[in-house]
Amino acid sequence: MARKRSEGPAALGFLVPSVVGLTIFVMVPTILAIATSLFDWPTFGDVEFAGLKNYQRLFARGSTFPAALRNTIVFTLVIVPLNLVLTLGLAFWVATSRWRRFYRVLFFVPVVTPTVATSIIWKMIYQPGGILDDLLSRVGFTMPNLLGTGNTALMAVVVVVIWNGLGYNTLIFSAAIDQLPDDVIAAARIDGASGWRQLWHVKIPLLTPAIFFATTITMIHAFQVFAQPYVMTAGGPGTATVTVVMDVYQTAFQGGALGAASAPAMVLFALILVVTAVQWLGQRKWVHYE
Amino acid sequence: MLLRVRHAVSEGLLLIVALLFIFPIVYTVASSLKPAGEVFSRPPTLVGSELRWANYTEVFEYAPFHRYILNGVIQSGLGTVVVLIVSALAAYAFGILRWRGRDQTLLAYLATMMIPQEVLVIPMFLLLQRLGWINTWQALILPWAFGAFGTFLLRQFFLSLPYELVEAARVDGCNHWQTFLRVILPLAKPSLAVLGVWTFITYWNSFLWPLIVVNDIVELGNVSIGLQTFFGERGAAWNLILAASVIAIAPTILVVILLQKHLVKGIATVGLAGR
Repeated sequence: MARKRSEGPAALGFLVPSVVGLTIFVMVPTILAIATSLFDWPTFGDVEFAGLKNYQRLFARGSTFPAALRNTIVFTLVIVPLNLVLTLGLAFWVATSRWRRFYRVLFFVPVVTPTVATSIIWKMIYQPGGILDDLLSRVGFTMPNLLGTGNTALMAVVVVVIWNGLGYNTLIFSAAIDQLPDDVIAAARIDGASGWRQLWHVKIPLLTPAIFFATTITMIHAFQVFAQPYVMTAGGPGTATVTVVMDVYQTAFQGGALGAASAPAMVLFALILVVTAVQWLGQRKWVHYE
Repeated sequence: MLLRVRHAVSEGLLLIVALLFIFPIVYTVASSLKPAGEVFSRPPTLVGSELRWANYTEVFEYAPFHRYILNGVIQSGLGTVVVLIVSALAAYAFGILRWRGRDQTLLAYLATMMIPQEVLVIPMFLLLQRLGWINTWQALILPWAFGAFGTFLLRQFFLSLPYELVEAARVDGCNHWQTFLRVILPLAKPSLAVLGVWTFITYWNSFLWPLIVVNDIVELGNVSIGLQTFFGERGAAWNLILAASVIAIAPTILVVILLQKHLVKGIATVGLAGR
């Protein structure tokens, strides 16, 4: 076999556009993000070094950040397990159907629909005097103003976020279920494993790589919730549905304090990094790669 | 027999669940054709006292939705072209060419996918402010065109191509550029379609970034921004708001139905590449 020349110079050529773009639009802003969080940085006006003041202010009196952080964590803790259980169940269920391809597309529709539109739709559904209110009152429930009540607003938003994203993981699990090795499942059946045992001891372990992937992605998305509460409640009532991303947006672009808004953005970044790292380190314990 | 009954019951239940799931969208389409004031009529009805198609013409009179759609098409179209070109070039370097440090470089690329957009919006805004790009087309398109996702997706596909093709092209006297253009790209059409559809939808549905960087909504706003503005204006009636929502939703539903194969394949590739 002929000795190959290195294709390094050619590779460099092919990588130029992407490396230049990544540097300007990802690397530089990332470094700048850390830097801005250390400055008093108004949209217009003088920039001043502030040290860690922006971070201290996060927990100062009157700051919305503690509520935003709490809401974002609650969001994630509720959305991730609920989403995974529902989508995994749905994927298995749909796989038994004659119209499985149709269902996969149907459940996928809200995923690609503009979030602003789906948020408006759900605002209509939740509206006092609206359809949900009417249906519940027929079965004897008095529904509070779901989006206008502190106790229920966050969960009402959670329902919308889950509905919006359900089709994504369903499709991921469906693709993985389609690829389950027939011989292994046939072997389990011949060994006399019941349907339930096949599911629990054979299929689910084989799906753990997909479950791992879906968990990571869903978690990151849950940390980034913005459009649904922004359109439906604008963070209210009070701070009941403010999320960290909304806090960043409002502080920076409605309050004009870019430096102060960079601090919660960095906290979000750190959260995502830590959670993902923990996931990766923990995957040995439960993810089975063939 | 029992098994067949069970199967039929399961099919029936699944159909009910699916109908309930999609009901909000069906109800929206139905309500978008109701006369003003009937959206919240009691008891609620699916169809109003008449089918008022005029809602749709009135939406376009109140707000320039044709313009929002056009803006969205331009942004998404140009963004998709940039992403496809940049990603295909980089994927060739990572998937086909052999050089020292390739895998480490790819890992560094993938690491950038961990940086969420929300963390970058403030510094990106500052950067574009210095460049004088606020409220421009390029500000909407370029900042998010260099994610490593597209490169990774195409690289996975390029790896699956038989390497003999590249060697054969070499023997025939093709240089790398010719191999890329004449051998790899034509074979990569399905994966380019997958990436293209995904990128288009991502740009089309973008909301946070245009909210930040667009000042002149009519000139540059996409459908999401237009819809949010229309919704936020006091006095817009619900039947018109819902008609506007349907206008925003319709193209994406059409895309899902027409291009379902590509979408499904994209998700499957990415999801299964997690291993």
